[in-house]
Amino acid sequence: MRREASILHLDLDAFFAAVEQRDKPSLRGRPVVVGGVGGRGVVATASYEARAYGARSAMSTAEARRRCPSGTAFLGGRFAAYRRTSDVVMELLRELSPLVEPVSIDEAYVDLAAGPGHDLSVSGVTELGRRLKERIAAATGGVTGSVGIGSSKLMAKIASDLDKPDGLVVVPPGGELEVLHPLPVTRLGGVGPATAERLRQVGVSTVADLAAKSLPDLVALAGRAHGAGLYALARAEDDRAVVPDREVKSVSHEETFERDLTDLAVLGREIDSMATRVGNRLRSSAYSGRTVTVKLRRYDFTTITRSQTLPQPTDDPRLIAATARRLLTEAGTSGGLRLLGVGVSGLSLYAQGDLFADDEEPAEDAGAAPDAAEPAAGQPELPVEKRWWPGQDVRHQELGSGWVWGRGLGRVTVRFEGPTTPPGPVRTLAADDPLLEPADPPSWTPG
Amino acid sequence: MKFRVAREVLADAVAWTARSLPPRPSVPVLAGILLEADGSQLSVSGFDYEVSARAEVDVQTTENGRVLVPGRLLAEITRALPPHPVELIAEGPRLAIACGNARFSLPTLPVEDYPSLPSMPSAAGIVDSDVFAEAVAQVAVAAGRDDTLPMLTGVRLEIEDDQITLAATDRYRLAVREFSWRPETSGLSAAVLVPARTLAEAAKTLTSGPEITLSLSSGSSGEGILGLSGKDRQTTTRLLDAEFVKYRAIMPNESLANATLPVGLFTDAAKRVALVAERGTPLRCEFTPGQVTLRAGGSDDEGQAEERCDVDFDGDPLTIGFNPTFLLDGLAAVHTDRARMDFTSPLKPAVLSGVDEPSTDDEKPAPATRPGSYRYLIMPVRLPG
Repeated sequence: MRREASILHLDLDAFFAAVEQRDKPSLRGRPVVVGGVGGRGVVATASYEARAYGARSAMSTAEARRRCPSGTAFLGGRFAAYRRTSDVVMELLRELSPLVEPVSIDEAYVDLAAGPGHDLSVSGVTELGRRLKERIAAATGGVTGSVGIGSSKLMAKIASDLDKPDGLVVVPPGGELEVLHPLPVTRLGGVGPATAERLRQVGVSTVADLAAKSLPDLVALAGRAHGAGLYALARAEDDRAVVPDREVKSVSHEETFERDLTDLAVLGREIDSMATRVGNRLRSSAYSGRTVTVKLRRYDFTTITRSQTLPQPTDDPRLIAATARRLLTEAGTSGGLRLLGVGVSGLSLYAQGDLFADDEEPAEDAGAAPDAAEPAAGQPELPVEKRWWPGQDVRHQELGSGWVWGRGLGRVTVRFEGPTTPPGPVRTLAADDPLLEPADPPSWTPG
Repeated sequence: MKFRVAREVLADAVAWTARSLPPRPSVPVLAGILLEADGSQLSVSGFDYEVSARAEVDVQTTENGRVLVPGRLLAEITRALPPHPVELIAEGPRLAIACGNARFSLPTLPVEDYPSLPSMPSAAGIVDSDVFAEAVAQVAVAAGRDDTLPMLTGVRLEIEDDQITLAATDRYRLAVREFSWRPETSGLSAAVLVPARTLAEAAKTLTSGPEITLSLSSGSSGEGILGLSGKDRQTTTRLLDAEFVKYRAIMPNESLANATLPVGLFTDAAKRVALVAERGTPLRCEFTPGQVTLRAGGSDDEGQAEERCDVDFDGDPLTIGFNPTFLLDGLAAVHTDRARMDFTSPLKPAVLSGVDEPSTDDEKPAPATRPGSYRYLIMPVRLPG
C-alpha cells in the first residue's frame, strides 16, 4: 500500500456493446447483446440497457433472449473494431505513464507515480481522472470508462467498480478500510463462489467480517496461500506492482472467420497460412520459440487454447503448422470455429536447426496439391444467407455502408448507417446481391 | 517344482530378466517373472507384450514345474542372498527360497493367466556381440525420446546382404553406423525400425558370449518382431510400425572445411564452457587455422566462458553454434582418440566421424564415403546476428 493514491484502474463500460452502439446509431439507448448468436452461444457483453432486463456476460444467449424484450440487438462480435478502439485507449494511458499494465482488451492499470510530474494529491488525481475520461470519450467516439484511483491495485480496481458506468472514484490514502469493509467479500479478487460459500458458513459476508477472522482461521478455511492472501486483502494490504508487459513474449496470429468453419482441411490451410506468417515474423525478428499454441473460439463463443512445448526452439513454419494441426485435431472442431489463432512463445534468440526441414518441403507440397481442389467437395456450400451474420460490417455499392441486422429465407436485412451518421434506413436485399460485400469496421472520426 | 542353483547364476539371470519388466504393468501378472524348471534347465522369463526376455541357467532339479513370482521382489531378494547354493521349492500358492540361514516365502501369481512369450522368429544371421553392442550404443544416442513422433524413437536396422546399417535421428542429429555380419542366406535385404531404448539395453547386456543371433519376422502379416539371442539369453522386441525418414538424402556430399580434434581435450573444454550455457543456448565454436575457440553465455545477466583448444583446421574460418548436449553425445560416441568434423556452412549439418590412427599420415580418407565408419550429423543452432 502506498502513501499516495497513485495507481489508476480503468475499466471500459460494457465495452463490446459500447463499440456496437457507437458504430450503429440506431442501437444507442437500446438493449444490445454481443456474443454467440447461434443456438448454444454465450453472452460476451450486454449493454447497460440489456443488463436492466437481466442479461449478463457468460449467460447463455438463449437465456438472454428470453429475458430481453423484442427489438434487442443480438450481435456477433467484431473483434477488429474492438481492438482498434482499445489501442486508442491504451495509447492515451501511456501518455500518463510509461507503466501501463493492460489486463485485457478493456481493462488496464496505470502507475501514476512513474509518470511525468503528476500532482498525486487527492484533488490532483481526481482532476487527472476527470480529464482522462473526457479524452477517452473524445478519442473513441463516445466509449466511456470507469476510473478508480487508489493506493494499491486492489483499491484502484475496487474503486473503478464502485460507480459504474462512467464513474470516477478516488479512495484517499488512509480511507481504504472505510471503503473496503462494507463490501461483500465476493468483491475481492480470489473469492469465487466456492470460497464465498465456505466463508458464509462461518458467518463471513462482508470484508469487515473477513477482517475479524484470525490468520490461522483463514488458513484452516482456505489453505495456506489463499488464506494468507485473504487475510492481507481484508486489511487492504497489497504491494503488487504495475508491470508493463512490453517485452515480446510470443508471436501469434489469429483470424476471425466470416462464418464458422468445421472442415479440418480448410482449417488446416488456415493454420498453414498463419504458421507461415508467425514463422516469418519470428525470422525477421531473429527469434525462435519452443511452445506452439492454438487458440480456438467456438461457435458458442467459448474460447480455449491448447499448447505443446517442443524439445528445441524453432522458427520453422512447417513444424509450427504440423504441431498446431495436431493440437487442433485433438481439440476438435465440432460445431464450428469462428476464430482460430496460432502462436509461438517461450522465445529465445537461437534456433536449433532441423535436419529434415528442407527435405520435407517437396513432400508436403505434393500432399497439399490435391487438397487445393477440395473446398468445394469438403466444405458443403452454405446457404447464401449464411455468408452474413448479425452485426457484420458491409458495404453496398449503391446504398453505401451499413451492418447486417438479420438474415434468412435467402435474404439479408441491412441497416445503412455508420458511427458518424444519424440512424439510417433498413433495406432487405437478396442474400446473393452482387453489390453487397463484407467491409472493414467503419472509422468513427468524422471525415 | 523344486531345484538347487548357484546363487550368482540365479541372481544374474533374474536381474537381467527383471530389467525388461514394465514399471507400471497393465495387468498384474506382467509384473511377474516366470520360473520354469525342466531337468537340468531353469528358464527365467519376463514379458510385457512389447519386449520379452528369457534367460536359461543350469540347475539341479528334483521336481519339474513352473511358477510366476513378483519380479522386482525376486530380483531384490536374489541380489541380497548370502553366497551359498539356493534352493527354491513351490509349496502350494507360495514359493519358498532357502539360502544359507536365510528363508523366504513369497506369494505367487496365477501362472495360468500369464501370456505365452512370442516364439523366436527364424534366425537371419550372426553378429559379433561386441561390434553389435558398440554400434547400437553409438547410434541409439541420436534417437528421439518424444513419443508423439514414434518413428524418431527407433533405430533403423537395414540389412543388405552381409552389411548392416543402423541409423537413428531425433531430427537435430543423425547417427549412422555400418558393420558386416554373417547372414544365413546371401542376398538378404530388409529394413526394420526397432525401439531404440529396448535395442540399446538388449545389445549392452548380451555380450557374455562372442556372438548374437539376429532373428527377424517382418512379416507382411502380423506384427514384426526382432529376436536377439546370445549365450543363454534371448530377447524379442516388437518392431515400430512407422516409416523412417529418408536420412540418406541429407548426408552432405561435400565438405568445404574440416577440423581434426583431439577428442579427450576437446570434450573436456566443451564440457567446461557448456557449464554456463543455459537451456537452449548454444556453444559457439570459432574455428581458425590451428585452433578452435569455444564460447558460451553472453548477455550481461548470464555467466560467460571461453576456452581455446588446438586443432587441425583446413578451410576458411568458421563460427558455428551447437547444442552442447548434441555435440558431447557425438564426441562420446566416436570411440577414437581423434575425430574429424566436416563443415559446409554454419547453417548446414556438421559431420563428426572417428579418425583411424594408422591412416592419419596418409591422405585423409573422406569420412562421408568410407564404408563401415561411424558418422554423426549435428544440425547447428543458428546464431543471432
